[in-house]
Amino acid sequence: MELLLALPVMLPLVGAAITLLLRHHTRLQLGLAVVTLLAIFAIALVLAWHVTQEGVLVLQIGNWTPQLGIVLVADRLTALMLTVSSFVTLAVLVYSSAQSVSENVERTPVAIYHPTYLTLVAGVSMAFLAGDLFNLYVGFEVLLASSYVLLTLGGSASRVRAATTYVIVSVLSSVIFLAAIAAIYAAAGTVNMAELAVRLDGLEPGTRMILELMLLVAFAIKAAIFPLSAWLPDSYPTAPAPVTAVFAGLLTKVGIYAILRLETLLFPFSQISNLLLAAAGLSLFIGILGAVAQTDLKRVLSFTLVSHMGYMLFGIGMVTQLGMAATIYYVAHHITVQSTLFLAAGLIEHRGGTTNLIRLGGLQKLAPLIAVLFFIPAMNLAGIPPFSGFIGKVGLIEAGIAYDNTAGWILIAVSVITSLLTLYAIAKIWNRAFWQEPSEEIIARDVPMPKVMTGATTAMISFSLALTVFAGPLMNYADEAAHSVLQRTPYVGAVLGDEAAGDLRYRIDDQGHRIEDGVAVEVDG
Amino acid sequence: MPVSLALLLTAGVLIACGVYLVLERTLTRVMLGFVLAGNGVNLLFIVAAGPIGTPPFEGSGEPEQMTDPLPFAMVLTAIVISLGITAFGMALAYRAWQLFGHDEVPDDVEDRRVLRRRRRRSQDAERLPWSQALSEEARRGALAQSQGLGDEDDDPLGSDLTSAEDVPQDATEADEGDADSLRETARRRREHRRGEAVALRHEIRDRTSDEEDI
Repeated sequence: MELLLALPVMLPLVGAAITLLLRHHTRLQLGLAVVTLLAIFAIALVLAWHVTQEGVLVLQIGNWTPQLGIVLVADRLTALMLTVSSFVTLAVLVYSSAQSVSENVERTPVAIYHPTYLTLVAGVSMAFLAGDLFNLYVGFEVLLASSYVLLTLGGSASRVRAATTYVIVSVLSSVIFLAAIAAIYAAAGTVNMAELAVRLDGLEPGTRMILELMLLVAFAIKAAIFPLSAWLPDSYPTAPAPVTAVFAGLLTKVGIYAILRLETLLFPFSQISNLLLAAAGLSLFIGILGAVAQTDLKRVLSFTLVSHMGYMLFGIGMVTQLGMAATIYYVAHHITVQSTLFLAAGLIEHRGGTTNLIRLGGLQKLAPLIAVLFFIPAMNLAGIPPFSGFIGKVGLIEAGIAYDNTAGWILIAVSVITSLLTLYAIAKIWNRAFWQEPSEEIIARDVPMPKVMTGATTAMISFSLALTVFAGPLMNYADEAAHSVLQRTPYVGAVLGDEAAGDLRYRIDDQGHRIEDGVAVEVDG
Repeated sequence: MPVSLALLLTAGVLIACGVYLVLERTLTRVMLGFVLAGNGVNLLFIVAAGPIGTPPFEGSGEPEQMTDPLPFAMVLTAIVISLGITAFGMALAYRAWQLFGHDEVPDDVEDRRVLRRRRRRSQDAERLPWSQALSEEARRGALAQSQGLGDEDDDPLGSDLTSAEDVPQDATEADEGDADSLRETARRRREHRRGEAVALRHEIRDRTSDEEDI
């Protein structure tokens, strides 16, 4: 069973090698890539089932002791992230297959598209499964290197311009991450996360905070949290629609996932939770103001992405079980819905020839199918009641009320305002692209919609609707995942054995009370 | 844990030089900066490995006296990764040079838009001395054009501004239907920009002839 853990990393890498060899057979490449991703999706489902039944799974590669070797770990959180990400990558790959055969032939890919896409998937899986910090770093590098290539596909002027900023910012964050790992190794003598959880607990608060801040900066750049988010709306929109969809859905969430692990497993009882909450509030508000000011569809969506990262950081910053559970649910929801929106934006671009909201128009009559395919995820993003976005936001706000703290109340207010402004930005897109009087150009431009593209988008929408329909069981799952990450003992116990788990200084007991040095402490808010 | 001061200082100097280079505007220098900073960070791993010991081979001595091999394994991985990323960065710089005639890191689209809007608002822009009236990008565009690169009509770096550029600046909901006036402003703006480029070329010619006189 443990061996399954290696497959989400190994399969796409092997697939990438083979697709690279098959570079002259586009159809075969595509088939192979789809099969690989299907296999990963199936494995992720099996892992999720197994983890709920049996507890945390650990694979020690080469049977090294965990402190020295590489371990892959899957708990509930990892399994959920893997499942959602593999579904999204699969749907986006299917979608992109139609785009390269349809119109933008000179703009979209080439032989290296499929191999690079698969290495991206390998990097994402590796980051989710990594049981030690250095492996997390390698996972990040694999996915970043692939994303550089995907962002510059075709090497046109605008993409080179956008990629320049993106590469510099990403490399900078990698250098900071690497320096943080060196500092942590010097302080604790290991990079294994479970062992670090035990050893970091014993460090002085000042040292702990410096290490935490270094890692936080590195992850926050990747997750596009406000003061470090300016690169995102500038670089994502120039890539082809499917690439942007997968970047927006997954890459930022890998950053959030890393922050979640950082704040729960490595540095619980964080001294900087107010900093996190402040960053969350600023991301929410400033991001959405950016979205309101934009007039390009993809840029509006990119800014809403920056803004909504704040919701997830809000849940993490509270460090309560309710907040974590809501965040985990929200991450799953947001990966799906943001990718779907970018796919829908790709459909709009395909039909209207542009994503400029001034020039688009009349798509409601001209392409009713696209209107439906855009409307559902858009309402979902804005958090209109029946959809999963609403459920996630209600969960976060409930957690904020239970948190009962000034910062919490401020953030609740900001969340609600942001939600409203998101609706405004979405309504603006709708008015312009769908209701505005269409220009002659758009009416004349009657391109057929490839069924594969609409089909893939529909599949994504059904997935997001499934998140809504099965919100009850999913919330339970997220709640248990949150409990286990906050408790820390299941993770550490699975990797190092139960004795080590007993050495943890900070954890919570079964009722959710915080324990410090074996003594229960009052939850101060 | 005793720490080698020489290693720490070297790492510090390397990272400082790296940061200085990263602040440059040329992509090649930025990449060189990252190479330096990356090497500095790699030295930090060697610092983290602790005091000097014997080579860590099985049976070659007491385990207590061996150097900790793990940081070195990590450094090797990090070096390989930075090699790959540097290669990509250099390829990117080369491609930028092919396209634009330079590999300077361009401004953010939004920044350029704000700058343009401000310039358009200040009506006196034409009367200013050229060094102030011309923006960085117009100068670069003229350079690219003088080398036969780039399209006459378009700011080569701004070609991706489709979205940002066609948007009516400071648009209010009221003047939306006013398509003619929009096109008019766009045309005037284009002419203005071309005018700037021409003025610059004259200026350069004058200056070179001045220098020849001297």
